[in-house]
Amino acid sequence: MPDLFGEAMRFLTALALFWTTAAAGAFATPGQPTDGGLNLQPAMTPIAERIRDFHDILLWIIIPITLFVMGLLIWVMIRYNRKANPTPSKNSHNTLLEVVWTAVPVLILVVIAVFSFPLLYFQDEIPEADFTIKATGYQWYWGYEYPDHEVAEFISTMVAEEDLAEGQLRNLSVDYPMVVPAGATVRLQVTAADVIHNWAMPAFGSKMDAIPGRINETWFQVAEEGVYYGQCSELCGIRHAFMPIEVHVVNQATFDSWVEAGPGSDEANAIIADYTAARQTRLAQLD
Amino acid sequence: MSADAATHDDHTPSMWDWRRWVLSTNHKDIGTMYLVFAIFAGIIGGGLSGLIRWELAEPGIQVFNNGIWGNEHNFNVATTMHGLIMIFFMVMPAMIGGFGNWFVPLMIGAPDMAFPRMNNISFWLLPFAFILAVMSMFVPGAGADQGFGGGWVLYPPLSTMGHNGPAMDLLILSLHIAGVSSILGAINFITTIFNMRAPGMTIHKMPLFVWSVLVTVFLLLLSLPVLAGALTMLLTDRNFGTAFFAPEGGGDPVMYQHLFWFFGHPEVYILILPGFGIVSHIVSTFSRKPIFGYLGMAYAMVAIGFIGFIVWAHHMYTVGMPVDLKAYFVAATMVIAVPTGIKIFSWIATMWGGSIEFRTPMMWAIGFIFLFTVGGVTGVVLANAGVDQALHDTYYVVAHFHYVLSLGAVFAIFAGWYYWFEKIFGVKYNSLFARLQFLFFFVGANIIFFPQHFLGLQGMPRRYVDYPDAFAFWNQVSSWGYVVMLVGMFFFVLVLLDAMIRRRKAEANPWGEGATTLEWTLSSPPPFHQFSELPKIK
Repeated sequence: MPDLFGEAMRFLTALALFWTTAAAGAFATPGQPTDGGLNLQPAMTPIAERIRDFHDILLWIIIPITLFVMGLLIWVMIRYNRKANPTPSKNSHNTLLEVVWTAVPVLILVVIAVFSFPLLYFQDEIPEADFTIKATGYQWYWGYEYPDHEVAEFISTMVAEEDLAEGQLRNLSVDYPMVVPAGATVRLQVTAADVIHNWAMPAFGSKMDAIPGRINETWFQVAEEGVYYGQCSELCGIRHAFMPIEVHVVNQATFDSWVEAGPGSDEANAIIADYTAARQTRLAQLD
Repeated sequence: MSADAATHDDHTPSMWDWRRWVLSTNHKDIGTMYLVFAIFAGIIGGGLSGLIRWELAEPGIQVFNNGIWGNEHNFNVATTMHGLIMIFFMVMPAMIGGFGNWFVPLMIGAPDMAFPRMNNISFWLLPFAFILAVMSMFVPGAGADQGFGGGWVLYPPLSTMGHNGPAMDLLILSLHIAGVSSILGAINFITTIFNMRAPGMTIHKMPLFVWSVLVTVFLLLLSLPVLAGALTMLLTDRNFGTAFFAPEGGGDPVMYQHLFWFFGHPEVYILILPGFGIVSHIVSTFSRKPIFGYLGMAYAMVAIGFIGFIVWAHHMYTVGMPVDLKAYFVAATMVIAVPTGIKIFSWIATMWGGSIEFRTPMMWAIGFIFLFTVGGVTGVVLANAGVDQALHDTYYVVAHFHYVLSLGAVFAIFAGWYYWFEKIFGVKYNSLFARLQFLFFFVGANIIFFPQHFLGLQGMPRRYVDYPDAFAFWNQVSSWGYVVMLVGMFFFVLVLLDAMIRRRKAEANPWGEGATTLEWTLSSPPPFHQFSELPKIK
């Protein structure tokens, strides 16, 4: 017999804790999900910012519509129940009303479209890129190649739970992450070698299918240095949940020495690890 | 009445005569078999979702940990089979096979379906399809792992080179047979509705449930052959060396997705349209008013059916389609919100000015209208390819389609179940238990699925056996919702047991003057053969 009361109390405590944390605003590390979070992850690229803004607009439309329908339902249940209204009307047509509830939704949709299409085209048109990265999905890891830097493909595999180092995240951290310089416009080409995968990075607003036999393109530009996590988002077999994506955004000098050291090697990894550790110490001191 | 005047029509065969069921050509008996089958399949499909929520209740791998439930592959099998079973073996048999068979002939004043023997084969193909699907879970799928774990969409190459065992072949065969069953049923309904309406029942006097089934079966007839084609190509890709979907042989995996969703999108309207019909009847009956804007309601369903065929690629916004093509699918998809809005507002307008009685079916119907609205507005969000880039394949999508299906279609099925229960079985049910079931279902389903919107916005991908620790909180809430819903299922069983044991004789029309369609003019249950003399519609 499970301890239901204990479970319930633990649950209520978690709920209370969560809402107080939310109210305090002590929330949301960029680049990763937050426990109990309610909305999109913090937006770190121009695309993600526009997705967030458009989604905010949509919330301002869909929540009032839902409340409006709920209000109407509650009103008819109160006003027109058998006690309140014993004799039903026989009214079953009202042309004006029918025209209104056809035309108003059309107008709302036009408003949505006005915001939707610019976002769609903004995502699709790749600006002049500083360099290209090719990401290849395999069962069950990612391979990254930097053709412009003559960096051959290196393999990026999830760190198993028992091997996690301090500060690494279960099911999110990888051994050899993708590294890009802050502010660079990166063209990302995505493909797969076996079945379909999907390169998804919530903080960048990126999500692109990796399909064998075809190369898909997307782009991102991250201003802020940091570590960002994403996950494979197309079912690809038994270890689908265990081929995460980790991107380190660093300064140009660190990026250059990482390229120099040969990505996929332990020396290159050490450069990034040192840089990240130094940055975290710096940030900790700022707090 | 003299002895010779008693016709064979009055003779109902015994419940216990196997030939009554196996050789049945009676639309009501076949409808009952469909309903019983749907309940059975629903219990299995619901059990699989229990395994899913149990696994996801906390981070780490608790259930699919190489114990009796198998490994992570078997989790994928559970999500795949939960989807396929609920769609093909629960919702479709309940709505079209069950309520459609029972009430389309009754509502149009016909003695039976147009092709009674074809009706028999339509039903009896289904248990065999189901057996094949269940068998597929217990034969090798990928390597030594049992079952097919590639999702209900069966995308290649995961469903071809990714699953080398016979599980996928059994599944293809199962879906082929289920498809044949549905196509035969669709032909039967179309013929019945077009040719067997009672004198005076013009197409514009048909009850809305009949309209909804008519639109649904047209969708089935036009979309299922496309699925059959796609499945056959999968089968030959797997076994006979073709390369329809294999890029190394000049094929294209994305082509499969186009074919699949050309079927798959109409399919989701197939699941919900009969529910629209059922809810219209219930709202009208318990408001004691005719349905508001009958013609608008009927043609809104026709419009939804038509547009449903030209929006399929909104399921594929991330495959790398040309941007103008995406723009078209965004626009076309959003258009569906218009006829759907007409339906929601017309239901409310039907209640407006009515004299509403909150009997059990009406509670389910009002619950349906609200929850379907929630699922509808998140559909508008997802229709926008720009935002979908963030939400595609996350739990937001899972929340959206469970609001329209698990809370929409399933609530409509239970609304219909409690609306017609006495008509079908001839006995009353305990409405207290039925209302408690509603209460626990309504609360439980919302606790399961509303937090999944948050998980999706935070980026949790769907079909994940294990997730990063930061998704733990809402997943735990969601799993507790399942427990609440399980209590609701307990009351459903109580309703059945209570009705079976007490056997209180039902009235012909328990709902009073609001129930105006022809089935309420007959006894409960109706005679074995009805309308030997056709009713005349004024």
